[in-house]
Amino acid sequence: MLKRLLLLLLPLVLLQCDANTYPDGAAAYKAYCAGCHVEGGTGLGTLIPPVAGSDYMAANLKKLPCIIRYGLKDTIVVNGVVYSEEMVGIPQLNDVDITNLLNYIQHEWGAQDHHYTLGDVRQLLSECGE
Amino acid sequence: MKDLLYSSILLAMVMATAGCSDTPERSLPILGNREVVNGDTVYPTVQAFSFVDQDSQTVNNASFDGEAYVVDFFFIHCPTICPKVKVQCKRIYDRFLDNPHVLLLSHSIDVRNDTVAALHRYAEKLEIKTAKWHLVTGSEDEIYGMGDDYFSVARKDTTLPGGFDHSGRLILVDKNRHVRSFCDGTDPKEVDRFMDDIDLLLKEQYSPKK
Ligand code: HEC
Repeated sequence: MLKRLLLLLLPLVLLQCDANTYPDGAAAYKAYCAGCHVEGGTGLGTLIPPVAGSDYMAANLKKLPCIIRYGLKDTIVVNGVVYSEEMVGIPQLNDVDITNLLNYIQHEWGAQDHHYTLGDVRQLLSECGE
Repeated sequence: MKDLLYSSILLAMVMATAGCSDTPERSLPILGNREVVNGDTVYPTVQAFSFVDQDSQTVNNASFDGEAYVVDFFFIHCPTICPKVKVQCKRIYDRFLDNPHVLLLSHSIDVRNDTVAALHRYAEKLEIKTAKWHLVTGSEDEIYGMGDDYFSVARKDTTLPGGFDHSGRLILVDKNRHVRSFCDGTDPKEVDRFMDDIDLLLKEQYSPKK
């Protein structure tokens, strides 16, 4: 009896976990970012910066599409910690992917849940060398 | 006759798959080609080595005496694979932090740039303890020579990003210097399975005999 009840409840639980506003962005994060920035967006030691609750991201909203496409090779400070390893760009992600991805990250972990439109992302990308 | 052949093949297959299935009695094989010498089966063992770690201490086979360890190859200025493998290694490090029988050994394959000082800085960024996780450098020949023992690729290739070819594989070595398991160190799911294998090995070699 208990088992049956659990079986009935299981799909509900699964559905709950799936109730994400940006499933495509979430999938892209998992496939292209989580390897380094870690599933929960926390980064790794002082080698890889966090993307969850990052003050650097909040202060550089306009740069984020370009960082994803072209990478970043700089010494930066994120939440008071210095990072200086290089991130290579992820050219596999197209403009739509980047928009979904950024909205997912902002929604999930951003300080002010900034929303990007496809137009914003295209405009910002055009300013960094397309 | 043919029927008998087929059915015995079938039987063998069933038995083989039964052997693979995830029963609690699953045990890890010893990997590599075994030889029979004077009637005894001899398994390949990891060769003798001597390297220097991030604290400029010698690391050799004795450093892992009686313990299991996880091996990989990496280099600091590796743009794609290595950070991902390091994220996974750090998961293993954290999970077995309090277990003295599991250690980690990462070989740098960029012996020119990854000096002891550079490895030391890298270890600080990873926030790891040297006694648990050695990042080593040494003679290029010796480092690259370990690749075969660990079933891993490690060589220079200027056509690739970062200039080296390596597999990103993680290898599990037991206290008898036998290789027992490996996985793709960039894939979190594979690493989950690999950590189960570590648990299995610990049970086999360190839990008190009943
Ligand atoms: C191979 C490892 C790796 C991958 C994959 C990776 N990053 Fe990064 N990322 C880094 C490193 C290292 C830095 C620090 C760069 C620096 O200091 O110049 C960084 C920096 C950043 C920053 C700016 C600093 C911060 O965290 O606030 C953002 C934003 C970012 N990455 C987002 C992403 C997104 C989104 C993806 C997936 C599309 C991604 N990264 C994939 C390694 C990676």
